[in-house]
Amino acid sequence: MVLKGNVYKMEDNINTDVIMPGRWCHLTDDTELAKHCMEDYDGDFHKRIKTGDIIVADNNFGCGSSREVAPLSIKAVGISAVVAKSFARIFYRNAINIGLPIFESTECAESTEAGDEVEIDMFGGRIKNITKGKEFSFVPFPPFMQTIIKKGGLKGWVMEKLGKG
Amino acid sequence: MGQTIAEKIIADHAGLESVTAGQIVNVPVDIAMANELSAALSIKELNNWGIDRLFDPQRVCLIPDHFTPNKDLNAARISTIVREFANKHDVKWYFEVGRAGIEHAVLPLEGVILPGQIMVGGDSHTCTAGALNCLATGMGSTDIACAWATGEVWLKTPQSAKLTYTGKLNRHVYGKDLILYAIKDLTTSGATYMSIEYHGDVFDELPMADRFTMANMAIEAGGKAGIFKFDRKTKELVESTPRFKAEKPSYKTYRPDNDANYIIEKTYDVTDIEPQIACPFSPDNVMPVAEIKDVKIDQVVIGACTNGWLDDLIRAAEIFKGRKVDRNVRVIVIPGSQRIARQAFDMGLPQIFIDAGCVFSTSTCGPCIGGHMGVLDKNEICVSTTNRNFAGRMGHLSSKVYLANTTVAAASAVMGRIGLPDEL
Repeated sequence: MVLKGNVYKMEDNINTDVIMPGRWCHLTDDTELAKHCMEDYDGDFHKRIKTGDIIVADNNFGCGSSREVAPLSIKAVGISAVVAKSFARIFYRNAINIGLPIFESTECAESTEAGDEVEIDMFGGRIKNITKGKEFSFVPFPPFMQTIIKKGGLKGWVMEKLGKG
Repeated sequence: MGQTIAEKIIADHAGLESVTAGQIVNVPVDIAMANELSAALSIKELNNWGIDRLFDPQRVCLIPDHFTPNKDLNAARISTIVREFANKHDVKWYFEVGRAGIEHAVLPLEGVILPGQIMVGGDSHTCTAGALNCLATGMGSTDIACAWATGEVWLKTPQSAKLTYTGKLNRHVYGKDLILYAIKDLTTSGATYMSIEYHGDVFDELPMADRFTMANMAIEAGGKAGIFKFDRKTKELVESTPRFKAEKPSYKTYRPDNDANYIIEKTYDVTDIEPQIACPFSPDNVMPVAEIKDVKIDQVVIGACTNGWLDDLIRAAEIFKGRKVDRNVRVIVIPGSQRIARQAFDMGLPQIFIDAGCVFSTSTCGPCIGGHMGVLDKNEICVSTTNRNFAGRMGHLSSKVYLANTTVAAASAVMGRIGLPDEL
């Protein structure tokens, strides 16, 4: 499965207070969450992002809180994937569980700029920066996580466990 | 091959002889906890999944504390949703406002979580409970919903990091300083995916409160868990809770094997450690308090889940007794729970806080998350005993939060600037 989009570039330590400020943590509706994603970092973020855009960031993306509204808002605003040099652990897990594709690639982050067009082969382990004509590899997910991702999130696993799959 | 504490707890729960770091297993969960914010999303997920039966209501814990007592209409709505869910499913551990407090201070002291258990919680500071020699880790609402529905979660066995503290503690150096010192060394991603084990004789000289403080901040170095040994102090606390006295539940304790494998091993000589402070805008931007000069402050927050234990309130009261808060500073004191508040009243502590000019608040996460009970205005500066100081955390994007121990926070409140208790 392939994802393709334009890059929104970010730096190290994009924490969950940046992604979804504490004052909005009572929200559960996707439309509302999308409006406030990254709003202190970039007030026009939700207007700037086109469906399918891809965030490319540096280290420790998503550090801080376990708030699921962080990855939920990123997905709700139309981002199709996040590529980073590294992810904080709760965010990483949350993203997989809600079906927001995430990939770790230091090479991609270092060679990619805002606006570049990028293509991700989700299970093939390859990312292509079409604009710059470069290709990068990433370590594929373990089989168990691939199952969750292929089912679009943890729901599939839960349903199977409960014999409702 | 020797096993670390986390490996042993995971292996036992998964019914395996042993596990290796990186190994993905399913484990039954002893307690799956959420506050009103994370629970609201979990409840929504369960509805989406069409699940109307919980695996085991005895293993579910619901505790409103972030935006409660209801700070506005949105908070009120969410509290109602959570309360109705708790009632509908006969949730064993539902803690109503006024009967509990902040989740991470309540669960250990009410005996909800026991040594050797696995707890997952819809809050990143769930790791606090690791002070009781259990595996407690923060997760998102979907994972919590999964635990409520199936009784299990999937876990990737973490690497373990061993931090050993040796030597003699200096005056006004507590668990907060020891963990800030380590976070500076490790950075906010230095312990990502790791179970941090805390070792060393210094913990014989410190009360349990300091273990909770240190376990609480494991996540600030990226840690999955922060775990302490089980000893006489742990036993005393565990067996003093109302639940333990009523039910006498059995529990297992864990120590690492001598040949356990740690990916990071650090030894810190505490003789070298002075009071520490994390400067804006990161919990790893740490330096000795003594190096901060002439920073005037507007607000001080003392308490909450990191440093809201009775020992912390006692330490703060010792500084405030007979003194007044600087006229330009607001101080909000937040005990971790109603139980702690009640003990504080018995000791005459709130009177000391009030006489000094502090607010003595009910237990709530409030200002820590920029929610209520002390939100910061443009350019305001706060010294706080909480655990996170990213930009905009406590209010306006331009406001600044410095993280410190209880006596530094109290002394700074009196002086009107960041400073040390010894300067008073």
